Amino acid sequence: MKTLKAGTRLKSAVCDTEVMVIRTRPAAMLLCCGGTEMIAMDGEKLGTVPDEAFAQGTLVGKRYVDEQDATELLCTKGGKGSLSIDGQALAVKQAKALPSSD
Amino acid sequence: MNIVMALEMAADCHPDRFAVTSGATNLSYTQLLRAARTAAAAIRDSGCRYVGLLDINSPAAPIAVYAAAYAGVPYVPMNYRLTVPELGDLLARIEPAFLIADPAYVAPLKVPEGVRVMSREDFLALALGGGAQADAAPGEPSSVAVQLFTSGTTGAPKAAVLRHENLMSYILGTVDFAGADEADATLVAVPPYHIAGISAVLSSTYACRRMVQLPNFDGATWLRLCRDEAITNAFVVPTMLSRVMEHLEESGESGDLPAMKAIAYGGGKMPPQVIEKVMGLWPAVDFTNAYGLTETSSTICLLDPDDHRIAFGSDDPAIRRRLNSVGKPLATVEISIRGEDGRAMGAEDVGDVYVRGGQVSGEYLGVGSLLDAEGWFPTRDRGYLDSHGFLYLDGRADDVIVRGGENISPGEIEDVLRSHPAVSDVAVVAMPDEQWGEAVAAVVVPRNGQRVEPADLQDWVKQHLRSSRVPTAIRFREELPYNEMGKVLRRLLKEDFRSTPQAA
Repeated sequence: MKTLKAGTRLKSAVCDTEVMVIRTRPAAMLLCCGGTEMIAMDGEKLGTVPDEAFAQGTLVGKRYVDEQDATELLCTKGGKGSLSIDGQALAVKQAKALPSSD
Repeated sequence: MNIVMALEMAADCHPDRFAVTSGATNLSYTQLLRAARTAAAAIRDSGCRYVGLLDINSPAAPIAVYAAAYAGVPYVPMNYRLTVPELGDLLARIEPAFLIADPAYVAPLKVPEGVRVMSREDFLALALGGGAQADAAPGEPSSVAVQLFTSGTTGAPKAAVLRHENLMSYILGTVDFAGADEADATLVAVPPYHIAGISAVLSSTYACRRMVQLPNFDGATWLRLCRDEAITNAFVVPTMLSRVMEHLEESGESGDLPAMKAIAYGGGKMPPQVIEKVMGLWPAVDFTNAYGLTETSSTICLLDPDDHRIAFGSDDPAIRRRLNSVGKPLATVEISIRGEDGRAMGAEDVGDVYVRGGQVSGEYLGVGSLLDAEGWFPTRDRGYLDSHGFLYLDGRADDVIVRGGENISPGEIEDVLRSHPAVSDVAVVAMPDEQWGEAVAAVVVPRNGQRVEPADLQDWVKQHLRSSRVPTAIRFREELPYNEMGKVLRRLLKEDFRSTPQAA
C-alpha cells in the first residue's frame, strides 16, 4: 500500500508497463499491474509474468481511471499486464478528440 | 510530470519517425532525444541556471526546450527583434546563462560576464555529437520549465513562469498521444520565443507529428513549403493568412494545397473578411480558432471546425457571428466573465475574462501569482459569453476608452470603420480630452491611396453606432505599426495623439 502523488512515475514488476500519476486522492492504496504491486522506476523487477486475471495489457498514451474517477494514470510505456487499484481493474478514459490547435 | 516525458514516449513509440525538418535537415525522435540529452549534460556541467535562445527557429530550438528540462533549468527564448538595451537587460536578468544565439544578434550587445554564448552551429554540433548524456530529468512537477518575457506595454517586460505541471496539463488535456499519421506534418511559422512556438514543439512531439520549420515568414514561402513538404497542419497568426491571400491575389498563383487537412489560428483578432475568404478558398480544410495566453500555457478556448462550418453556412446572424468568436473553453478549463464589482456577468454582457485550470500559471518572477484564492486568473482581456457558451473577445482591458464614465471598446468602432470602402486598415485608441477625460481617436490607412475626408468617416460611424462612438480625431497613415505576431502597437498610436492633441 502506498499513498500516490501527482507526477510520480512507477513501473510494473512483471511486464514493461510504466505509468505516471496524473491525479489521485490522498489515501494509501494498492496500485498493481499484472496483479503485482507497481514499483519505483529504479526498483528490481520480479521476473515473473502477469496474473491471468490482470493480463489485458496497457497501451502507451492511454489514460486509466478508477471507478470513482478519483485516480488517473497515464501509461507512458505499454505492457502485457493490466492496471488495478485495491483489486479493482482500471478503465481506459475516453477523451473527446480535440482538433490540433498548435 | 516533466515535459521530457512527451519526447521519451515519442522516441519509444516512433523512434525513426521525423520529429523536425528544417531546410535539408531532418531529425528523428531518437536523434532529437539523444541531442537533448547530450546538450543537457554540457549545460548541467556549465553550472548555468538558465538556457537562453536568441535566434530564429531552427532544430536548435526544440533541442534546447528539452535539453533545458534534462538539465533542470528554465528555457528562456528571447525576442531577437528587441532593441540592444532591451536585450542587454534581459540577459542580465538570466545570468548565469547558457545562451544559444545567432552571432549576428549577439554582436551589438554588451553580453554580461555570466552569459556563456554558443552559436547555433556550435550548439547543434555539440548536441548531435557523441558526448555524454543526461539520462533523467531532475526536479519536481512544480519546477520551472519555461520562462517567457512578455511584451509589457509599460515598464520592464515581466517574466512569465510556466512550470512542467502547467505545460503537461495543457498537452495531456488537448493532444492525443501518437495521434498523428505517419505522413502528417505541421508547419511552424511562429517564432520560438512565443508561447505558440513552445506549444508547437510540445504538441507535435506528443502527437508524433513532424514539425517543419519556417523561420522567416512570407506568404509565398509559406505556400511553397506547404506544397513541397506536403504539409497537413498549420498554425498561423491572422496576419499571416492575410499575407497569404494578398500574395495569391497579386501573383495570380493557384492556392491549391492538396495535402492540407487543418489550419489553426490565434494570437490576435481574425478579421471576418479574412476567415470567410480562406474558408471559401479551402473548403476541405478544418479551421480552428485557438485563444490562449502566455500565462495559460497556450490555448484555453477553441472554435472547432464544425463550429466554423455551421457558422459559415448559416444566414442567421446569431450563428454566423460565431466566426468572430474564440469558441468554447477546453474541458479542462473554466471561463468566467466578471463585472467591475467582481460578480459574474450574464450572457451577452461584456466584462473581464477570468480563467481557471491546471494549465493556468498566472505567475511572474519577482511578482508572484496573480491567481485569486479560488485559482482564477484575470486575463486582462474583455469579452462576453453568448447563451450557447461561445466566448467573444472585445479587446484588452488596457485599451478600453473611458469617455465621461462610459466604457467604449475600440473593436466595435474599428469593425465599422473597416467596412467603409475607402478604409484598408484602422486602429481606434483613447486620446486625452479636457471635457470627457478620454475621447475616441482613429488612425486610418486609406485603401490604395484613396482620398477620404475625416467628416465622411465620422458620418459613417454615426450611421452605425451611438454618437459617443464617433471619433473626435482621425489621422491617416500609410500603414499601422504591428509587432511580428500581428498585434497593432496601440501604445505608439496613443503617443501620437498625446503629443499633438488638437489634430482633427
